[in-house]
Amino acid sequence: MKHTLSVLLQNKPGVLSRVTGLFSGRGFNIESLSVAETLDSSLSCLTLVTTGNDAIVEQITKQLHKLIDVIKVTDISEGEYVEREMALIRVKAENTTRAEVLRVIDIFRGKVIDVSPKSYAVEVTGSASKIQAVIDILRPIGIKEIVRTGTIAMARAPKK
Amino acid sequence: MGKIKGSEAIIQCLLEEGVKTIFGFPGGAVIDLYDDLMDSEVKHVLVRHEQGAVHAADGLARVTGDVGVALLTSGPGATNGVTAIATAYMDSIPMVILTGQVPTPLIGNDAFQEVDIVGITRPCTKHNYLVSKAEDLVPTLREAFHIARTGRPGPVLIDLPKDVVASMVEFDEKKPIRMQNYQPTYEPHMGQVEKACKEILKAKQPVLYVGGGVILSNSNEELTTLARKLNIPVTMTLMGLGGFPGGDPLSMGMLGMHGSYTANMAVAKSDLLIAVGARFDDRVTGRIDAFAPHAKIIHIDIDPTSISKNVTVDIPIVADCKHALTAMNSWLASCGENLEEVGATHSAWIETIAEWTKKHPMAYLDEGETIKPQFVIEKLDELTGGDAIITTEVGQNQMWAAQFYKFNKPRRLVTSGGLGTMGYGLPAAIGAKMAFPDATVIDVAGDGSIQMNIQELATSRQYDCPVIICILNNNYLGMVRQWQELFYDKRYAATVMEVTPDFVALAEAYGAVGIRCDKTSEVEATIKQALEAVKKTTVVLDFRIAREEGVFPMVPAGKATTEMLLV
Repeated sequence: MKHTLSVLLQNKPGVLSRVTGLFSGRGFNIESLSVAETLDSSLSCLTLVTTGNDAIVEQITKQLHKLIDVIKVTDISEGEYVEREMALIRVKAENTTRAEVLRVIDIFRGKVIDVSPKSYAVEVTGSASKIQAVIDILRPIGIKEIVRTGTIAMARAPKK
Repeated sequence: MGKIKGSEAIIQCLLEEGVKTIFGFPGGAVIDLYDDLMDSEVKHVLVRHEQGAVHAADGLARVTGDVGVALLTSGPGATNGVTAIATAYMDSIPMVILTGQVPTPLIGNDAFQEVDIVGITRPCTKHNYLVSKAEDLVPTLREAFHIARTGRPGPVLIDLPKDVVASMVEFDEKKPIRMQNYQPTYEPHMGQVEKACKEILKAKQPVLYVGGGVILSNSNEELTTLARKLNIPVTMTLMGLGGFPGGDPLSMGMLGMHGSYTANMAVAKSDLLIAVGARFDDRVTGRIDAFAPHAKIIHIDIDPTSISKNVTVDIPIVADCKHALTAMNSWLASCGENLEEVGATHSAWIETIAEWTKKHPMAYLDEGETIKPQFVIEKLDELTGGDAIITTEVGQNQMWAAQFYKFNKPRRLVTSGGLGTMGYGLPAAIGAKMAFPDATVIDVAGDGSIQMNIQELATSRQYDCPVIICILNNNYLGMVRQWQELFYDKRYAATVMEVTPDFVALAEAYGAVGIRCDKTSEVEATIKQALEAVKKTTVVLDFRIAREEGVFPMVPAGKATTEMLLV
């Protein structure tokens, strides 16, 4: 089962390596990982996607919590949440395909962020499956380069 | 206090934490600190290898419960300490390791004797620090001691760049440490305590399974009260030995791979297993699905990651063992049940257990004048009144010491349990003797493992720190040889020590006393002689034991703990 963990950390050198070292040392999976400073610049927030059964995810959560520099660990996939990834895709755009690329990007509400005579670089955000869908559509046209972020996620606010 | 030199501030911090003795080895990166140490009240013990420094500090920590401190230089000094740091980490020993580092402007430049020791020790310390700014020095030291000794204890490493140590720093008064991100749970959840106690009152065949947590939290008395009040038999892990008196009729000795027949059978047949400060290690459980298959499990541990890690637990209690046991004892005392009557209902169970012990006691075959190692340990136990501090190396010597010495008090067995580090016993013995100069300290060793840190004989001589090294010499790396005998067609690959030093001559070369013994009838006199001689100097005993003696009972790896090979 896929789990998305949100981990609040001290924003200090070496902290990320404590987290990744824990995963490699104990044989846990990291599917994706994304980290940046929070509003409070002394803290950073790490979103980590992992897989495992309940017992493994419980161990992961506890082991993360045991790290001195970890402040809070939340398995946000336990409740309602929103998640996003971003991809930057450089796709071939020649006379015959330039219009089609723009149409596809429009459908997926992407943006062109760099233009050259033979290619467009486009930006797409969305869930992992949406990003995958864009890639699948653009692949036959010719993807020259692709860069993806890990997932970032946030729990939904209570409905009341 | 105003500004003082970084190195002085470090020493002030050590004094503030009650540190009297540290162990170390100097080098370029820590020379400033050594210069100030020379005039300070902190006693420094110069070892002969950095691994020895950290093991010695670890030995001191285990016998006292205080934080052990080691001081190593940068680069190879620090890396030489890594095995010993990992040893302390696996056994949750409170320690602070100070390592020198190249000056901050040189970090990352592959400077002379530079190594990323914080990176290297990240997975084998409870926490570690690189102090990159002078103003962080004092707060870091204080926080390190706090982390090392609280919660589940462990080693904390502080890497000290040379320029930081040489700079002037503010030394403020110490304030209570509060960390937003580190707050171990000491008090048990009372609902869980109640649930656990109710199960205990219901159980027909309960077993207390006691680990090192009981020793670390000094809760042996609370545990003993619980066991005796309710007539519950007790088994201990290697790290838990001494947590309950080994000579008590309720003690079943050690469990697991080399545990007693009784202890392993009792766990297998129990209907309630009360795990206190133990972590269900593979050497204890054997085949995991066959471990305590009929039992409900209560697990008390201060570390939430220990709970349901290997075995699913029915009633977890995250708390310090002392607090949890105290809460349980008082709940039981005021629950209205007559505890004596409850205890009496276990008498059939106690009888069954006695039958097992009668059928398969801890035993060995007598071979006349050929010395049996178990006999040597029994004699050590007898002649020291079971009250010596026993350190061990790792392997057969360690298991025989655990099986045949009756540890009636906590902090008397000092052994590398989790990591199984050969070469641990001698430096640990020196650390223990430094802490308790009047105690009899004996390192039970093998001829293989003693050679891993034998250079520390010089340390014991230099500091007038006499210990007995009791070598059970079989010219083999005996534990691996035993596996090869049993599971590898007696193909003794790399376990025959074709060249072994003359340990008597070696002892003498270090100015210690060496005594050889090769007859059973002379064992007692030899030990007596050693106990006399150790009042003045270190003694090396070279017992030539039955070469192919094995450690039994033995649960072969991957088997259920009831599938024991017996004597």
